[in-house]
Amino acid sequence: MTEPLVRPKRKNPLKKTRVPLLPQGVRSRTALGLTEAAAEGRFRLQVCSDCAAVIYPPRDACPRCLSARLPFRDVDNRGTLLAETTIRTSTDVYFRERMPWRIGTVQLDAGPSIVAHLHGDLREGERTRLALKLDKSGQAIAMALPMEDTPNMADDPQWRELTCDPKFRRVLITDGRTAVGQALAEACSAAGASVVFVGVADPWKPFPGEERLRKLERVEIVALDLTDTISVNECAGEYAPRVDILINTAEHVRTGGIIERKGLTVAREELEIRYFGLTRLAQAFGPVLRARGADGVNSAAAFVNLLSVYALANWPAYGAFSATEAACLSAAQSLRAELRPGGVKVLNVFFGPLETEWYQAVPPPKVAPSALANATVRALQQGLEDLFVGDIAEDIRARLAVSPKALERELGS
Amino acid sequence: MSRNTDMASPDLAAFAGAIASGAIDVVDLTHTLTPEFPTIVMPPELGQCAPFRMEEVSRYDERGGAWYWNNISMGEHTGTHFDAPVHWISGKDLPRNSVDTIPPGDFIAPAVVIDISKQSAENPDYELTVADVSAWEKQHGRIPARSWVLLRTDWSKRAGREYVNMHEDGQHTPGPGPEVVRFLVEERDVHGLGTETIGTDAGQAFHFNPPYPAHYYMHGKGRYGLQCLTNLDLLPPTGSVILAAPLKIRRGSGSPLRVLALVPRE
Ligand SMILES: [Zn+2]
Repeated sequence: MTEPLVRPKRKNPLKKTRVPLLPQGVRSRTALGLTEAAAEGRFRLQVCSDCAAVIYPPRDACPRCLSARLPFRDVDNRGTLLAETTIRTSTDVYFRERMPWRIGTVQLDAGPSIVAHLHGDLREGERTRLALKLDKSGQAIAMALPMEDTPNMADDPQWRELTCDPKFRRVLITDGRTAVGQALAEACSAAGASVVFVGVADPWKPFPGEERLRKLERVEIVALDLTDTISVNECAGEYAPRVDILINTAEHVRTGGIIERKGLTVAREELEIRYFGLTRLAQAFGPVLRARGADGVNSAAAFVNLLSVYALANWPAYGAFSATEAACLSAAQSLRAELRPGGVKVLNVFFGPLETEWYQAVPPPKVAPSALANATVRALQQGLEDLFVGDIAEDIRARLAVSPKALERELGS
Repeated sequence: MSRNTDMASPDLAAFAGAIASGAIDVVDLTHTLTPEFPTIVMPPELGQCAPFRMEEVSRYDERGGAWYWNNISMGEHTGTHFDAPVHWISGKDLPRNSVDTIPPGDFIAPAVVIDISKQSAENPDYELTVADVSAWEKQHGRIPARSWVLLRTDWSKRAGREYVNMHEDGQHTPGPGPEVVRFLVEERDVHGLGTETIGTDAGQAFHFNPPYPAHYYMHGKGRYGLQCLTNLDLLPPTGSVILAAPLKIRRGSGSPLRVLALVPRE
């Protein structure tokens, strides 16, 4: 059984904050197929299209039939832990700080054997489930888990190194006025966050759900207006060193395409709230997050962007909105590269129309705010980088993968 | 402190001297422009007035070594601000109806202060009536033509939620009823109406007939509005002069501005 995590003590102000170090490793472009799978929490390996061999490590030609047709496909993740080793010394500065570290060889039922990081509850000879995970440097690695869930399983130190679990972490939800913001506050609190700071702009303006939000356990309302640089900087000045997970819940959903809108007032509001809001958060909180990526149990772990799936392909019925979301996605990609040196993940959560008033005229299926919130928290617990929530998001993404052009026409007709 | 007033006319020299000596007090009726100051709220599907925002361009740093400055942005009707006649549909076709074309002499005018702070404390929806004005005139004399009417409600002493007083059925703040606005404009030929609340109209004035009567009648007759004023409690009922010159924005419907009252010291 995993030793349960204990709530970290308040930080000793005389102690130096550990500099985030990253595990080594450079992978080939082909091997980034593993990264893609790990980012979404899938277990995918190359499967030869000609002889069906399951291949690991990634290669450009099938070792059995020399075929070059080796797409990544979902494969059975079950296997047996053949041998384990505990590393007690290492010249690698990242691992030196984390000794002892257990690794082992897993024989997959699907064929290949894989060297994997080992969960503390797994023993040599036991059956195991393999998971592909992104390590602190963003590289895909395999982690072997016990076949069945064990008590406090998520508290395993090697596992927690790969996840962004809100448990005992301090979360900032940037906009508590929205249904999604409130659902996330609740979900993070339920997931064991030490404190959930919830930003509220224009405190003079009452909002639905306010009373309930204020009563949520471990929720603290803070003044934060994403459209106001001074407000974001002041909030960061007070709270950034105590924010381990930042979840940007700002939204500004309005219908209409580009020429349908009269003037730029709404477009500016969209950009202020979404794109510039994200930029302000990144500038104010990013440097502190990046410096605190190895700060113990409650190290800085993640910056979460909630993005409309129409960031990937414009939906002209919400055309100007889609364009703003696309800008946010692009910024999030930059942010991901900028935060990676600190071992801080950027989780992008894509979703279709929500069950909220701004999508009132859109027919179902729609995503309930609570479903979005719960999926986001699960993704943090799994350490994902990309998450698609709901049928519409999955569908858009699948159609985009097949033909971006076809999707563009379909969305625009 | 002495000022060189040799070149001024005797009246202006005396005026400048009175300010320098403190015989005339200069009272600032302006709120500081801050990002947090509430702006008027429209239903979310309508266009919104932008709040005040400030972006630092440089602060003696790598963006400009020896100087500090900001870029600012806001709506025309943000913070303590001036309403020009063109702001309202009733004033849209009047001559010289925008902030850039209003005769500059109109930016200096005497003021009377009508105090309804007690009534407003008891009833946030208090409506100024003709009877209130008549009672005031019994005490202080007839409102002189082309005077600002400043409505003291002490609303500026409230902050945040108390100030905006927004509920599910809208804002609840005091203001004039339709009848008294017509009276002030038509019978007293007033210069404009100044209030401490976010609008010259009452919070519930959307439901009046006509809606927003202070805007409708004042601007319909080419008169002006000042809102989000403060320090009205420092002014005498009569005898003060208001300096209120908006920014010269081409075809502007209003602008944030510094509003100063000149008050003779007793
Ligand atoms: Zn093959």
